[in-house]
Amino acid sequence: MSKKLRVATTSLAGCFGCHMSFLDIDERLLALLDLVEFDRSPINDIKHCGPCDIGIIEGGVCNAENVHVLHEFRKNCKILIAIGACAINGGLPAQRNHLDLGSCLTEVYLTEPGLAHGHIPNDPELPLPLDKVHPLHEVVKIDYFIPGCPPSGDAIWKFLTDLIAGKTPELGHGLIKYD
Amino acid sequence: MSETFQLDGAAVPFEPGQTVMQAALAAGHYIPHLCYHPEFKPHGSCKLCTVKLNGRTTASCTLPAEAGLNIESNIEELNALRRTLVQMLFAEGNHFCPSCEKSGNCVLQALGYDLEVHATGFRHLYPDRPLDASHPDILLDFNRCVLCELCVRASSEVDGKNVFALSGRGITKHLIVNSASGLLKDTDIALTDKAMEVCPVGVILKKRVGFSQPIGARRYDQRPISAQALDDAPRQVDASGNCKTCEDAS
Repeated sequence: MSKKLRVATTSLAGCFGCHMSFLDIDERLLALLDLVEFDRSPINDIKHCGPCDIGIIEGGVCNAENVHVLHEFRKNCKILIAIGACAINGGLPAQRNHLDLGSCLTEVYLTEPGLAHGHIPNDPELPLPLDKVHPLHEVVKIDYFIPGCPPSGDAIWKFLTDLIAGKTPELGHGLIKYD
Repeated sequence: MSETFQLDGAAVPFEPGQTVMQAALAAGHYIPHLCYHPEFKPHGSCKLCTVKLNGRTTASCTLPAEAGLNIESNIEELNALRRTLVQMLFAEGNHFCPSCEKSGNCVLQALGYDLEVHATGFRHLYPDRPLDASHPDILLDFNRCVLCELCVRASSEVDGKNVFALSGRGITKHLIVNSASGLLKDTDIALTDKAMEVCPVGVILKKRVGFSQPIGARRYDQRPISAQALDDAPRQVDASGNCKTCEDAS
């Protein structure tokens, strides 16, 4: 048998919904494990990405740490896949993009009712938010996109099996969704 | 026996005065389109319906049908251009499908599905476009406007009201409301107006009915727009009053 493909996954400014949908391939996960092995992923809790064949990233880029993780994936993965609405167009987090970040933070932490003694979090361990939320393709080259919020388990399965079989992945009616 | 033109190698019959788009849809041939609507005069602005005639590209919704035309439509070169147009429309506005109540019934989204558009690939503009929620029964979400002018045409041509208009040029072009305040509440728009029905995207919305259709039961959940658009188009009938395409489809 040929060597297994090495796959890494992560969530940046996402909700892990795409990862939950990935688990929705259900028992096909076992068939997938005949073909791939996992590097960094929430599935095994490995913290850094090593050399991989495929990287799958959920969520957009909303803070400094997201940028570092995305670059680590791009550096190590031969093929990088953006999965889900947030990775592709910023999604829900990007709905702050037409607003000023300072006024967002002020409203959420200082001027909302009940926050009289609040302060904008400034712990050095917290990654700094970016001025705007960016889709992945605005930061690094992305090879493939799986749309959906989240894409269904069937869509993810179709896309990955097409890709692993060496075909251009196609979703088609019923599997391609933006919502 | 009516005359015909060639569309992707098929003979398409037409009546005098029909456009290539009208004749194609009537004969059961789909050409992707966004600003074209069977009930309105062609607008020719979205360019999704671009076809190739004698090596040149032209909008099929405004191209008069003529005997002997040899037209290409469903070819990769044109579908790639159509994909790019859809991608640019997505990048230009704020199209967040998961939180849009038009999702599943949206023409722009359905075109993206049908053309296998997986992502925009462009830098998103994220424009700042405030909503108009002033009207008690109608919400305007300008974030999703694709400038097709269908509401403008419906309001002036059918409703006789002129509620909507486009203002500005180029990238600053935008939909406006024709009232002194600029707000929808100060117009005579009514829920029964044609302008309420025609928005292909999620700009003109009836309040308090959002998300009433479950996912799976929405318009383009069931059939792709390439099939749905043919159902919506007025069909050609033959001399005996029968429509062959309709019978084939049923």
